[in-house]
Amino acid sequence: MNNFKLRGIIIAVVMIAGLILSLPTMVSLLTPYQLADNWLGPLGKHIKQVKLGLDLQGGMHLILKVDTDKAVTGKLNIIASTVKSEMQQKRIHYTKIEVVAPDSIAVTLRDPADQDKLTAILNEQTSFADPSTETIGGVTVFRYSVKRDEIQKIKDSSISQALETIRNRIDQLGVSEPSIITEGKDRINVQLPGITDPERAKRIIGETAVLEFKLVDEDHSLSNALAGDIPQDSYIAYMKETNEPILLKKQVELTGDTLNDARVKIDRASPYISLDFNAQGARDFERITGENINKRLAILLDKKVYSAPVIKDRIAGGKASITGRFTDQEAKNLAIVLRSGSLLAPVEILEERTVGPSLGKDSIHQGLVACAIGGVLVIIFMIIYYRASGMLANIAVILNIMLIAAFMSLVGAVLTLPGIAGIVLTIGMAVDANILIFERMREEIRLGRTPKMVVEAGYKHAISTVVDANVTTLIAGLVLFQFGTGPIKGFAVTLCVGILTTLFTVLVGCKWVMEWFVNSKNVSRISI
Amino acid sequence: MLEFIKPGTYIDFMKYKWYFIGFSLITSLIAIGSIAVQGFSYGIDFAGGSVIQVQFKNPTTADDIRKALKPMGMQDERIQSVGAVSDNDFLIRTSQTEDTNKGFGGKFSSELEKSFGKGNFEIRRIEMVGGAVSKDIKTKGFLSLIWAAIGILIYVWWRFEFKFSVGAIVATLHDVIIVLGMFSILRREMDLTVVAALLTLIGYSLNDTVVVFDRIRENIKKQQSPNYDLAHVMSMSISQTLSRTILTALTVFLVVIALFFLGGEVMHGFAMVMLIGVIIGCYSSIFVASTIVLFMSKSGKSSS
Repeated sequence: MNNFKLRGIIIAVVMIAGLILSLPTMVSLLTPYQLADNWLGPLGKHIKQVKLGLDLQGGMHLILKVDTDKAVTGKLNIIASTVKSEMQQKRIHYTKIEVVAPDSIAVTLRDPADQDKLTAILNEQTSFADPSTETIGGVTVFRYSVKRDEIQKIKDSSISQALETIRNRIDQLGVSEPSIITEGKDRINVQLPGITDPERAKRIIGETAVLEFKLVDEDHSLSNALAGDIPQDSYIAYMKETNEPILLKKQVELTGDTLNDARVKIDRASPYISLDFNAQGARDFERITGENINKRLAILLDKKVYSAPVIKDRIAGGKASITGRFTDQEAKNLAIVLRSGSLLAPVEILEERTVGPSLGKDSIHQGLVACAIGGVLVIIFMIIYYRASGMLANIAVILNIMLIAAFMSLVGAVLTLPGIAGIVLTIGMAVDANILIFERMREEIRLGRTPKMVVEAGYKHAISTVVDANVTTLIAGLVLFQFGTGPIKGFAVTLCVGILTTLFTVLVGCKWVMEWFVNSKNVSRISI
Repeated sequence: MLEFIKPGTYIDFMKYKWYFIGFSLITSLIAIGSIAVQGFSYGIDFAGGSVIQVQFKNPTTADDIRKALKPMGMQDERIQSVGAVSDNDFLIRTSQTEDTNKGFGGKFSSELEKSFGKGNFEIRRIEMVGGAVSKDIKTKGFLSLIWAAIGILIYVWWRFEFKFSVGAIVATLHDVIIVLGMFSILRREMDLTVVAALLTLIGYSLNDTVVVFDRIRENIKKQQSPNYDLAHVMSMSISQTLSRTILTALTVFLVVIALFFLGGEVMHGFAMVMLIGVIIGCYSSIFVASTIVLFMSKSGKSSS
């Protein structure tokens, strides 16, 4: 009997723990959220409710792909422009420096003897493999490719940088409990619960936000350029607002990396964005404006020219502004993306799942109703078919659901709509374990055994079947957990947890009650 | 005591095995034929594309919505009302995705605003799956079915014998093929929840089969003479477990019916697989699984 008592204590402990752990969840599902918090006092604070998936509480799920190849090309562009100015300073003459996608720079030197100097300058930037040479029409072109592991480094850093930037931007949106994690080698999984304006969130997340300052080419004529005679170091860009063409120098004078802050300000009822540079940026800005008084400086965001004001004076103090005909919302969005920095590599939305809060509420409601109706049908059926024993099976099913909720809140698993289906299914299948045992017990009764022997033999014969039957389902559940994503994973969780709790309630809990009943009550027959 | 099957009932199931084999072969062939000829109607999880669910305040028809969205030039959109007509809840499907058209969702709501006015509708759900992801999901979904089958094959092999394991797998594949065939014939949409349901069905159907096998193994052990009739032992075992098989199928059926009618649009595919699956699973564990094992043991009657 000692063993029997011990089992009783274990069951009692598990049930009490289950009750405490699941209480906040049960109460919050049945009553409005606020009430649950006050009602349970300290219990509600320390024990977490089961987390609801985005499909139940509303929100947005995004899978973003980071275009890491573009990050490599982008990095090479920066290197190319640095190399150009270095070469000018060191008086090494070249005719052409070009980024050749995806990972090489091609340089045409006036004097091929300068090759060693060129290699030295390039390798200061990053490690290049030995160049390949190619002679076209008597001119030698040196082609430098970035080393393989260096490319990987650039790609990796573009992903971690994208992760960081997106996290910053989402923080500014004020979403509570966002989750932003990498997935696979170039994907980012973003979960934003309870978001109200998904379109705005997508715009803010996806904006590359590369801020550049370039000088307007005023030495050459725009009309000639439009006719096809484009100077080598310049290109034609278009104004964002008017779509007017403008001739810009290719050289980037300053980028948004040196920004400290970006804020929306209002001037005569129209919003503009005020920029605040850090010390380095302020020094550069002062030098650039000082050297180019009376010239026009174009401000570009994501390659679009926002404005190109004439520099009237040297600007010290590191402040500048972007004007343009913004709406309030546009200005706010721009300020957010500028503040949180640019994306080295653009991101693309591969998958989006957004559920509005009202649908989420409807889904919970429908799920609970389905669960309740299904449960009630089974309960009625079991009572009719197995009478008192059926009642015991029913109590086991209800405690089973309680244990599932408790376990999920303990490990922080997420309840999704398919997860609710998993629980509904558990109701059906949990009963099966009891049916297997009860049918065996009926067989024993027909053989004229005493109640004590009926219980003993019933469990003994059925146990291997019950375990086999449940393990096969568990295997399917585990596979589903391994391969599934999001809501489906939620289904796999409740299914697997449900099987484990079923085995416990039926093979430990119900068995104990049955044994206690036939041993201490000295009954003559079992109601089954 | 309420009993569906009277105790001591013996039905000579194995005597009719050719009928079952014939029935199963024909249905499986029809299913495979439909899958081969018209394939599946894949949902966005597998084919890529977008689904948008919109609820309107005032009575609206699919035509109104189609007219409103015309300027967007959506590709092969399908508009379908969900729930009760009075809900004014619509699902709009299109093969278009975000990466072919930036800001697609925003454009969508601004077009609706033009026709219906701001605040007169609510976008309740947007799902968009791009080509790269849908391909991944397809591979993953297919692999998960294979892995589940392998895992279970190994378990049943370890617990029983190889021939039982083959019987279990054939019975399970039979169920999966027929359910997939039904989906193909009825042109129901295949998506991730359907794969989840198929995996659950695999678990459930096996659960049923294993119960019968357990009883067969137990009854084989009880046989005195080495020249017992395996077909008879099988029919006896199936008869003995018939009560349980029907009862369990009934309880699972009851809860799945609740899901089917009350679980809402998202759970519909799942509940449908389970509804068909419970019936087929019950049938296959009674009529198909043991028959296969019987065929595989034809040579030595007493092999246990």
